[in-house]
Amino acid sequence: MTKRVSVARLSGRLGLHLFLILMGFTFALPFFWVASTSLKLPGRVFTYPIEWIPRYPEWSNYRDIFTFVKAGGTEASGGQSALLLWLRNTLYLTTMGTLGTLISSVVVAYSLSRLQWRGRDFVFSLTLISMMLPGVVTLIPTFLIFRDLKWINTYLPLIVPYWTGGGAFYIFMLRQFFATLPLELDEAAIVDGAGTFRILWQILLPLAKPGLASVGIFSFLFHYNEFMGPLIYINSLDKYPISVGLRYVAGRYGDRWPQVMVMVMFSLVPVVILFFFTQKTFVQGIQTTGIAGR
Amino acid sequence: MSVSVLSSRSRRQLTKDLQGVLYASPFLLGFVAWRLYPMVYSVWLTFHKWDLLSSPRYVGLQNYSTMIADGRVWLSLANTAYYTFIGVPLNLALALLLALILNIDLRGKSVYRTIFYLPSVTPAVASAVIWLQIFHAEFGILNGFLANFGVPPIKWLWDPDLAKPALILMSMWSIGPQLVIFLAGLQGIPDVLYEAAKIDGAGVWRQFTNVTVPMLSPVVFFNLVMGIIGSFQVFTAAFIMTSGGPQNATLFSVLFIYRNAFEYFKMGYASLLAWVLCIIILLFTFVQFKLGNSWVYYEAA
Repeated sequence: MTKRVSVARLSGRLGLHLFLILMGFTFALPFFWVASTSLKLPGRVFTYPIEWIPRYPEWSNYRDIFTFVKAGGTEASGGQSALLLWLRNTLYLTTMGTLGTLISSVVVAYSLSRLQWRGRDFVFSLTLISMMLPGVVTLIPTFLIFRDLKWINTYLPLIVPYWTGGGAFYIFMLRQFFATLPLELDEAAIVDGAGTFRILWQILLPLAKPGLASVGIFSFLFHYNEFMGPLIYINSLDKYPISVGLRYVAGRYGDRWPQVMVMVMFSLVPVVILFFFTQKTFVQGIQTTGIAGR
Repeated sequence: MSVSVLSSRSRRQLTKDLQGVLYASPFLLGFVAWRLYPMVYSVWLTFHKWDLLSSPRYVGLQNYSTMIADGRVWLSLANTAYYTFIGVPLNLALALLLALILNIDLRGKSVYRTIFYLPSVTPAVASAVIWLQIFHAEFGILNGFLANFGVPPIKWLWDPDLAKPALILMSMWSIGPQLVIFLAGLQGIPDVLYEAAKIDGAGVWRQFTNVTVPMLSPVVFFNLVMGIIGSFQVFTAAFIMTSGGPQNATLFSVLFIYRNAFEYFKMGYASLLAWVLCIIILLFTFVQFKLGNSWVYYEAA
């Protein structure tokens, strides 16, 4: 049977393409605006019509941003580049948080998927409860607990909780992943005399790399983007991660749009780069949880 | 007396149980430390007044009666409800629409997916700052665009009636995860079903209602539940962009709770408000699950 492509069909397709292009353009536009504004002088930001590609790009904005805000030292001189501090802080927070998440969620997911023990299903339902529990209800008491521990204005409140299970979401994700690995592997290892830990370490972990990669990337993004936690727990400028630093700059220097946008670029670019390199893993991770979520 | 009280079988099981608990211990510790204990502590707090300067002071049900009389509590809940029950369906509709289009074998699918997903990985603070400019009354690109159609400048974030819609519009920029999940769901629908429908004479629309919708309903349900839970806890955009204004139009529940705790230092009162919000969210989640039984279609595996 021959296929006749009707005009209606063709124009339908064309319409869809156009719609997609329009939507894609709309979604991408804010990013262009950020990049464009970051290269302008304050006076030229709000021109009408909008100057999308700056005629005289101020590359020095990117150099000057490092000394734009200083931490420590006196008002007049000294002190370090706040931006560098903020980036370093963010890196530290993100790495430590993700490390804790990876280690603890693997171990717990292992227990919930490969080990046979009474109470396993109960603990699993606890992870589900933990996931669905609105975070707002633990916000204040955990703050008070950390206050009693004298951990305010340190990074501990933002790191330690992730070493204890890492967040039920990651346990859930890894457990789903482990479930795809055949149990025969474990059984064969047991026959060879391997203990519980060795099965995890030598058999499952090497195979779990995609799952671990997913968890790692999600966790990294979560910690990098985190705002409310650092807002509550970090009080000194030199300890801000870049999310709170950006808010500081936008609040204090709100009229200096180019500088604010350069800061935005600094907080965006690492994430965008990471995303471009890990898209596939990332998307797969979301799909698995979303579909498994039924 | 024999050395082993337990049989070797139940001893093995006990060993296994202990191992299971051991490996699960990080989570168990964390659950007690960061969920269970804080929740109990926070209930205790609701009966006290604590400004952090002195010790907590027992006040019985005073926080409860204050809350009932406090107009801002109900205003913040109303604001949050507006944002959630208008924003989430709109977001899901857009995500679904885009997913349906992308699912048709179009070229450049992954490029589009990237573009649509990117905004959702940007830090919330960055988004807030970006959209602050987009909504700028005089020089924002949104007004600039509308000016081409002769629309006078709109004071988006400064108009009490427009602030929430503006934030909802902004939230639609971050539908990446929902889109991706819908796409995966669509791809999971077996072609056989569509072919069978076509054989039965079903047109495009019929195929949509009788195949796509039922098969996709679990995914819609998931996105809906998670979307509502998340949306109820909106914070960063309102905190950075509007500070709850104008005239408390964007005073959302979590923002109000944050203020009571960290600006007014009313720990007891804020704890109570947090619990109320939590219970409301849990109630809605429960209701959704109950309702879900009637409209979500699960394929018997």
